[in-house]
Amino acid sequence: MSTNNESKDGFAMNPNDDRPLLEIKNLAISFSTPGGPVNAVRNANLTVMPGETVAIVGESGSGKSTTALAAIGLLPGNGKVTGGQILFDGEDLSKASEKRFIELRGNHIGMVPQDPMSNLNPVWKIGFQVKETLKANGLAGKDPNGRVAQVLADAGLPDAAKRAKQYPHEFSGGMRQRALIAIGLACRPRLLIADEPTSALDVTVQQQILDHLDTMTSELGTAVLLITHDLGLAAERAQKVIVMYKGQVVESGPALEILRNPQHPYTQRLVASAPSLASKRLESQPVEVAEGVNAVVKPDHSGARDEILQVKNLTKVFKIRKGLGRSEDFTAVDDVSFAVKRGTTTAIVGESGSGKSTVAQMVLNLLKPTEGSITFDGEEMANRSERELFKFRRRVQPIFQDPYGSLDPMFSIYRTIEEPLRIHGIGDAKSRQLRVKELLDHVAIPTATMHRYPNELSGGQRQRIAIARALALQPEVIICDEAVSALDVLVQAQILNLLNKLQEDLNLTYLFITHDLAVVRQIADDVCVMQKGRIVEQSTSDEVFNNPKSEYTQNLLRAIPGASLML
Amino acid sequence: MSENQTPESVTPEPRGKREGKISTRHIEHFVAPLEETPLQDIDKVSIGSEPLSMWAEAWRSLRKNPLFIISTLLILLVILVSIFPQWFSSTSPTACSLENAREGRAPGHIMGFNFQGCDVYARVIYGARASVIVGVFTTIFVVIIGGIMGALAGYYGGWLDAVLARLGDIFFALPLILGAIIVMQLPMFRDSRSPWTVIVTLTIFGWPQIARITRGAVVENRGADFVQAARSLGLSKFGALVRHVVPNSLAPVIVVASISLGTYIVAEATLSYLGLGLPSSVMSWGNDISASQISVRNNPSILFWPAAALSITVLSFIMLGDALRDALDPKARR
Repeated sequence: MSTNNESKDGFAMNPNDDRPLLEIKNLAISFSTPGGPVNAVRNANLTVMPGETVAIVGESGSGKSTTALAAIGLLPGNGKVTGGQILFDGEDLSKASEKRFIELRGNHIGMVPQDPMSNLNPVWKIGFQVKETLKANGLAGKDPNGRVAQVLADAGLPDAAKRAKQYPHEFSGGMRQRALIAIGLACRPRLLIADEPTSALDVTVQQQILDHLDTMTSELGTAVLLITHDLGLAAERAQKVIVMYKGQVVESGPALEILRNPQHPYTQRLVASAPSLASKRLESQPVEVAEGVNAVVKPDHSGARDEILQVKNLTKVFKIRKGLGRSEDFTAVDDVSFAVKRGTTTAIVGESGSGKSTVAQMVLNLLKPTEGSITFDGEEMANRSERELFKFRRRVQPIFQDPYGSLDPMFSIYRTIEEPLRIHGIGDAKSRQLRVKELLDHVAIPTATMHRYPNELSGGQRQRIAIARALALQPEVIICDEAVSALDVLVQAQILNLLNKLQEDLNLTYLFITHDLAVVRQIADDVCVMQKGRIVEQSTSDEVFNNPKSEYTQNLLRAIPGASLML
Repeated sequence: MSENQTPESVTPEPRGKREGKISTRHIEHFVAPLEETPLQDIDKVSIGSEPLSMWAEAWRSLRKNPLFIISTLLILLVILVSIFPQWFSSTSPTACSLENAREGRAPGHIMGFNFQGCDVYARVIYGARASVIVGVFTTIFVVIIGGIMGALAGYYGGWLDAVLARLGDIFFALPLILGAIIVMQLPMFRDSRSPWTVIVTLTIFGWPQIARITRGAVVENRGADFVQAARSLGLSKFGALVRHVVPNSLAPVIVVASISLGTYIVAEATLSYLGLGLPSSVMSWGNDISASQISVRNNPSILFWPAAALSITVLSFIMLGDALRDALDPKARR
């Protein structure tokens, strides 16, 4: 595929001109904080040619968004360009006035922000918000409403004229992102900055949005500066990839070359741990070898590894209140059955709203099933007394998604990990302290951090603390509810490796809830794919990846960005 | 669910493997020298700084805040005055002689004399105790009652929440002063007027405010992942409330309580001014302000001094509340 430079209305005036549209030279940006100035970006260089898609890849805090925001003059109040140049079409913007930026924004440089949920004003209709953009740039014309409908239709919203009269809350996440893309491209800018445009969306939606963005920008000849944390996605969508690390550009070049032949050690690390590019389960382990021989697992052959957890015909119906006295049944989980073998990992995969987390909560006994049974180690869980549940809690532990929410900010690391021991009255103060040290050791956190508080730790470190806490009672089953979804790729790989090692060492069983099929491939032995409360496919991990049966799974697999790029 | 038919629910057309884009232009492959950005360990734990709990961190930012320093010094002074008034005034506030009535300042009597010929300075000093007692004890009772009510309502929800919320609304709907006037007229209060009756009255009308604040904070925290985590570790529901939810909900309660302390002192002064609060036998700023209104036009300084003492005390509590709010702001801390 090559860039389509034939623009309809001559916006890309001289498409084959070799003058870069955006050129950032030795850019330095620093933020003034109470703790002194922080250099967020140093020595950043990048060029975007007209009509080209360039992706900036990096972990959180690498300065990728900051660099892009500087180009549109939207740095936060305490941020300042302290050196270098930002040349947009030959004009230096690093010292441009606010007035000049206002002229440029919209009709020369457009922007698609990250979070579709918070970037539309909830009190105005979608159409009004698009019209606002057009008016601000003097492009509303004689029939503004018609123009708005046109712009929204271009962004792939069906029935645009009607949709324009709706409020943001009536839109799904994907539709909001389309509306934001419509706003970003409404004035036919020559450069579109897309800051993680699809990170908050499900993979299949992400794929459609990006496909559409591709089509639109190549039709209009718009250059795109795509900011993403996902190397696979960057390589798939951009001609050129720029890798940033600690505020610096460490590597840049043609997308596929970066992916297939990374030179800088950091890029090599990224490529090695990007889940979307991984092709097999992490490290081989005895379990998998044993199963590999007997690829199709038959229930009657499971004598060697007993099924520690059995879920049968599980159903959960929520009552949704619809005004006074009336309510509507909503079946979140519909007749779900699966079994988890001891010492293996079973993943439940699904997009948002598929009911996967509800299953996890029921297995944890935090939510009562409407129907069906959960059998743990041969014992039926329904109608257990509090005392028996207390014993059960020792054996099944959760790890939650949000590492910033799952640790009590008032508890020190020591108290956090000690708490389960204390609740269950295990050991005395001294032996508990030894146990906490041992647990910290398991998750590779220095014991010196014992008296620190969660706010001093990064997301990945907090997640490791959460794992240590879950391990304190020597559970047999750990339920990971999107446990790595909020983490950067490298940290994610680190946590997955840790989980894998712990499984080997302690013979743990994992029930892994995730939306990310790529992660599943790295960690799971068996997979259940859920859609709208039902299991649509259930098999071993290899089987699901190599030979997906249901159409839904096939779509999910296809949507993994960059999956087909590795050779 | 009656969702809009979104374009996302349409199955995407199966397409071939995506190949990525290859530019027609030559793109240089740039690799930064490794020395420039040395590679660090993934997610290394930094153990440079000293570990700090939330309270320690709040204290660290508070002690640099001039608002906090000034208000704390003033409050300490007021508390010291109310406990040991004799340290600050050698004159007895009750040694009055009508000869001195409405006299101006004199040696040893820097604020002059009031209508009854008592030393104004001594009365201001000795009057502090009543105000501080009313303010502090009302706040303590309000926080205990309101805090418990709010925490239970917020945590357990359901009918308990509904009942407690309506109960609070009833008291909330009555203006504090108006309600207090009625209550103080009840025979059991009228016949035994003392600082304690004032405290009880103010508590009756003050607790819903704290209950609301606590309820809000508890509702916010009860759904937190760390509470669920503690529950799945086996902690009882009530245990999770006491160990995790309440400590995390304290910050806003402390802020509101310290600001309210000032307003309770004002309320006491208002009631005393109206002749309903403290009995005239108890020396208080409110009573003195009330007594001096007859000479407002000829001798306003008699009114000025107790009023100034009252204002400074109230102001310092409100300033303290503001400083605490800044330090305990949950947004500043993740």
